[in-house]
Amino acid sequence: MSGEKLAQRSYYGKALAKLAETNPNVVVFDADLAGSTKTSSFQKVAPERFIQAGIAESNMIGVASGMAVSGKVAFASTFGVFASGRCWEQIRMAVAYPNLNVKVVATHCGLSVGPDGATHQALEDIAIMRTLPNMTVIVPCDAHETYAATLALAEHNGPAYMRMGRSEFPVIKEEGCKFQIGKAEVIREGKDVSIIACGQMVQTSLEAADILEKEGISAEVVNMATIKPLDTEAIIATAKKTGAVVTAEEHSIIGGLGSAVAECLAESLPTPVGRVGTKDTFGESGEAEELLVKYGLTAQDVAAKAKETINKKS
Amino acid sequence: MAEQLNVDELQNIANKMRLDVIEMTTEAGSGHPGGSLSAADLMAALYFRVMNIDPADPYKDDRDRFILSKGHAAPILYAALAERGYFPVEELKTLRKLGTRLQGHPAYRDVPGVEVSTGSLGQGLSIACGIALAGKMDKKDYKTYCLLGDGELQEGQNWEAAMLARAYGLNNLIAIVDRNRLQISGNTEEVMGLDPLPEKFKAFGWNVVGPIDGHHIRQILDALDKAARSKKSPTVIILNTVKGKGVSFMENNAGFHGKSCNPEEYAKAVEELKAVIR
Repeated sequence: MSGEKLAQRSYYGKALAKLAETNPNVVVFDADLAGSTKTSSFQKVAPERFIQAGIAESNMIGVASGMAVSGKVAFASTFGVFASGRCWEQIRMAVAYPNLNVKVVATHCGLSVGPDGATHQALEDIAIMRTLPNMTVIVPCDAHETYAATLALAEHNGPAYMRMGRSEFPVIKEEGCKFQIGKAEVIREGKDVSIIACGQMVQTSLEAADILEKEGISAEVVNMATIKPLDTEAIIATAKKTGAVVTAEEHSIIGGLGSAVAECLAESLPTPVGRVGTKDTFGESGEAEELLVKYGLTAQDVAAKAKETINKKS
Repeated sequence: MAEQLNVDELQNIANKMRLDVIEMTTEAGSGHPGGSLSAADLMAALYFRVMNIDPADPYKDDRDRFILSKGHAAPILYAALAERGYFPVEELKTLRKLGTRLQGHPAYRDVPGVEVSTGSLGQGLSIACGIALAGKMDKKDYKTYCLLGDGELQEGQNWEAAMLARAYGLNNLIAIVDRNRLQISGNTEEVMGLDPLPEKFKAFGWNVVGPIDGHHIRQILDALDKAARSKKSPTVIILNTVKGKGVSFMENNAGFHGKSCNPEEYAKAVEELKAVIR
């Protein structure tokens, strides 16, 4: 039901449990956070294919690599900071370089981790993952899309990084939706400005479009659930249509979705671009909603950036 | 192998591979001869006697797996694969050159017989654990061999892997430490001490074989045989070796960790090795 609040990680867990039934090659790795990442849902139904690596993420990736070499489809999960950062070089050599079937799935990404503070708020992970050759990077917009993306990843041959938040937030997609890796989707048509978003910020961007509509501005919203390979056709098409592009992500404006979109447009169709995200800063403790306000990630912030960017049209 | 090679024949092959290492690294003008030479005798024992492998079918399902965690010793792995018939020996001369399959550090399945990519130290044992664990899960009876450098054991990830291997009872995993006691900056015990190494592995619940003389083929064969019979624990074999073994001026010389021969050194090394090869 649209608008219902659901946590992405719960649906990641449900999808893994489904894969336990349908794909005998799937193995799942945990680094002592199964209850939080929801890989525990897989552990319950397929304990013989669930591997507890302990608090040792680097080793977890290496072991996952060895199992992928041996024909398994390995899902390895922990919090985003550790999944992307602690074992980046292990992912580089043992997963991305040999192009192996290891899916690094990160939960608790972005500021909305909340009170745990800066050490646990992944705001750089998209940037450092998308720079790796062979790596696919996915940021689903809600719980239903997370479920579909998890099933799609199990079918996809090669390394991938998937990112999701911690909290429950409103769903946009229908239950049972399909996910196509590398395909962006226009989820609201508009003509004055394009808002290209990923993750929870897709919902925020829809709210921003409502705000803009009241002011007579027609905003197009694009769900860019795959950051890599980037759907450049969709970016160029929407930029051509509106002539101004705003990106929105719960991630640093350096290196993430905003950078990827700006790189694409600078090379193919120079267009005014405004980026919403954290601004070269760490987060801090606080409730998710408070942090999103303080760091400029609300619908009001996206709407303001849209107006600013429209004014840069020549 | 159709016929089983005896100890003398294995020793001869080890020396031939040493000559290959000198020739290919000299031709390349770079590479890591020291730690390749120290592992030559072990590689002869594994590739020409112990491992269940078939060069004509390099990835057959039930093959034993070999992971070169100390990936910089790629020359000795390539020499073993070429001498064993995985690819022509002449190809060894392409080591490290643009367009070659023989990358400076081994690349996953570029070369037939190479199982995984290695070179960034401290990761091979984790990967080997994954391969051994998959073997257990799928009820296959292959063994996974993993050659570790001693300096490499300073990387903490090895000890993460050591815990996991014991926790999952990976008795099909055999780690081998090339204990040549030298790393780039000098003696391992001065750079970052590793002793007492057998006790460290014992404390992690491993079956420890050795230390033995890593240049004594008979001792190596016996140790590998003992390792294969471990009931529930992973095994580590510690080989006391000499870095640069077989070439007088390279022996115990950290300077040849990552440097190839100049023309005079090359001539002397070839002369010394040819004198012991039949």
